Amino acid sequence: MSEHKMISFIITRQDTADSTPYEEEFEVPYRPNMNVISALMEIRRNPVNKKGEKTTPIAWDMNCLEEVCGACSMYINGKPRQSCTALVDKLEQPIRLAPMSTFPVVRDLQVNRNRMFDSLKRVKAWVPIDGTYDLGPGPRMPERKRQWAYELSKCMTCGVCLEACPNVNSKSDFIGPAPLSQVRLFNAHPTGAMHKAERLDAIMGDGGLTNCGNSQNCVQSCPKGIPLTTSIAALNREATFQSFRNFFGSDQA
Amino acid sequence: MATSKEFFYRRLHSLLGVIPVGVFLIQHLVVNHFATKGPEAFNQASHFMENLPFRYALEVFIIFLPILFHAIYGLYIAFTAKNNVNRYGYFRNWMFTLQRVSGVVTLVFIAWHVWETRIQAFFGAEVNYDMMANILDHPAMLAFYIVGVLSTVFHFANGLWTFGVSWGLTVTPRSQRISTYVTLGIFIALSLISIRTIFAFV
Ligand code: HEM
Ligand code: SF4
Ligand code: FES
Repeated sequence: MSEHKMISFIITRQDTADSTPYEEEFEVPYRPNMNVISALMEIRRNPVNKKGEKTTPIAWDMNCLEEVCGACSMYINGKPRQSCTALVDKLEQPIRLAPMSTFPVVRDLQVNRNRMFDSLKRVKAWVPIDGTYDLGPGPRMPERKRQWAYELSKCMTCGVCLEACPNVNSKSDFIGPAPLSQVRLFNAHPTGAMHKAERLDAIMGDGGLTNCGNSQNCVQSCPKGIPLTTSIAALNREATFQSFRNFFGSDQA
Repeated sequence: MATSKEFFYRRLHSLLGVIPVGVFLIQHLVVNHFATKGPEAFNQASHFMENLPFRYALEVFIIFLPILFHAIYGLYIAFTAKNNVNRYGYFRNWMFTLQRVSGVVTLVFIAWHVWETRIQAFFGAEVNYDMMANILDHPAMLAFYIVGVLSTVFHFANGLWTFGVSWGLTVTPRSQRISTYVTLGIFIALSLISIRTIFAFV
């Protein structure tokens, strides 16, 4: 193991939310099995850039360190992904890091993913069971359905699918694939289904489902392999029926 | 809660692309194909279309207004996208971008084509085989027509694919893959028909 081996980084930095971004280069001593986050921690420990100048430590988000929270997403060599599972040995150098561009930058690699959390509230991505008395056990879920619903439940709101979507941008208020797929998840839940119409109506509102233009980048990019485009097409079908029910009235609840 | 206007307009845009505009496109290409049977056959067919009962109502409600709505709203949709094929070079993303590019090309082509034929007819010109033969006499115009027609046909065929998803007809990956092959077939068939027609005037 060579002690002198260095890993080079080109990192897009931004000091405040409104300041101009710039690039700074770093070299970090190599250790086996490093991930991008451990390299960022190394820079934080010793914030000196490639030219030998002292600089500020880099700001980034992280939490779980095992690709389930989604907080550490960023561009790594041109691809939006999680920095905690990006292994340095598998990356071409210099490793280029940049913040995701669909979300407002807070500082350096840190972005504000609030628009996704707001969307989850808007589409009621939960099963409302709170009340003043025990409602008892809910209806059972068929095993086959549970299996595909489980896949949808793996979403960690990392934002990669919104980043990859050409229709999620500053000119549009499209909520993006992740919150849509959550509607399919909660509508599939036997108790959640009691609020199916409300969720469908929410995604049939402005910035909702119809803003999808089928580039299908989301399903190619999702680190959890969630079948986002199947969710969207399935919701399109549901929305077609829901729009008839809304217009003509319905014998169903 | 009533559904929003955006949902309605977007679905209307999608529907109009197929019915009536797409249906009209097929009819238009098929009738023009008479040109391959000679000037006589073409003139007879176009004369028949000209003399359809309720011609103006048909033109306005089946052709002009639907295309106008689809085109204007289509421009808005096309320019709200931030195309990113350089970063995400997947097949469907290319189709997404081409759908928007071909929409704009188609709009330019249709505007020119309508000006040269239907508007001139309004000013008293006679639309017949000779008119088209004259137009396509210029090599630049010939190239413009080939590009314009192929763009329109691509836009329609790929639009059928997205239509299937937009209305929830093709939900699963397998159905969407089959739909890719079917709409590719439609693209090839309509391209052959229209290219043969164009060269019947040259
Ligand atoms: C012969 C003329 C045209 C035909 C037959 C046609 C047909 C179609 C069809 C069938 C669709 C699919 C709808 C869907 O995704 O559900 C579509 C989509 C689209 N059209 Fe057209 N179209 C025509 C002209 C135009 C023009 C002039 C524009 C103007 C730019 C345009 C812009 C668009 C756009 C942007 C979409 C994508 C919509 C989306 O993905 O949601 N189209 N068109
Ligand atoms: S659907 Fe996939 S890409 Fe999108 S936020 Fe969830 S985990 Fe990330
Ligand atoms: S830190 Fe949670 S996904 Fe990377």
